[in-house]
Amino acid sequence: MKTSNRPLSPHLSVYKPQITSTLSILHRITGIVLAVGSILVVYWLAAIATGPEAYAQASSLLGSWFGQFILFGWTLALFYHLCNGIRHLVWDSGYGYELSEAYLSGKIVVGAAIVLTILVWLIA
Amino acid sequence: MSLVTPLKKAQGLGSAQHGVHHWWMQRLTAIALIPLTLWVVYVVVAMSGAPYAEVLEYFQSPFNIAMFTLFVFTAFYHAALGLQVVIEDYIHKEGFKIAALVGMKFFLALTGATSIFAILRAAFGS
Repeated sequence: MKTSNRPLSPHLSVYKPQITSTLSILHRITGIVLAVGSILVVYWLAAIATGPEAYAQASSLLGSWFGQFILFGWTLALFYHLCNGIRHLVWDSGYGYELSEAYLSGKIVVGAAIVLTILVWLIA
Repeated sequence: MSLVTPLKKAQGLGSAQHGVHHWWMQRLTAIALIPLTLWVVYVVVAMSGAPYAEVLEYFQSPFNIAMFTLFVFTAFYHAALGLQVVIEDYIHKEGFKIAALVGMKFFLALTGATSIFAILRAAFGS
């Protein structure tokens, strides 16, 4: 079927970004980031299974500033997706739909994700 | 007036014949991943910076082997369900969409299986 150049819904550019919409798309973006970053998980596990030399090589690669940078981003994405996923599960069970509640839970999720990420990096 | 027959309505499987299976599995894996992720993060934090022999020791505990294996299986399943929706939302050319869906699922199956075999090899030796 021939479709013309009609604008496609949901006309993202006409809306002002809000915390609700921003956190919503962030959930999807962090999900994609985590899926792509799972290659790191495979690499790390394979290195452990292969032996001490492979593990040492993986450790130095992940321990470099670039590796740490990627891992830090991955940790932040993980905790954001985890916390916001719990927020979604609460919505699925029928709670928290008032605008004020959605704003509050959004702020809690962002705060919790940042705190958990910093906590993990302070301990590890 | 609904054109759906009473039987179809009662079965509630919709046009794809899968009903709410995808939605339900996405939530079920999400719930399972909460404790699994927290445990895996806890163990990884505990073993960070440890020498190889010590890291290997973490993979000798039956509980850790179970948790890591379940984590990988559930996380990759959850990722496949999530990426499926992303691809269906943004890729509108039917051929590309099917190719992307099949490629994504094959890739996650391969990396997921590799991860699980790596865990088992670390656990049982080679």
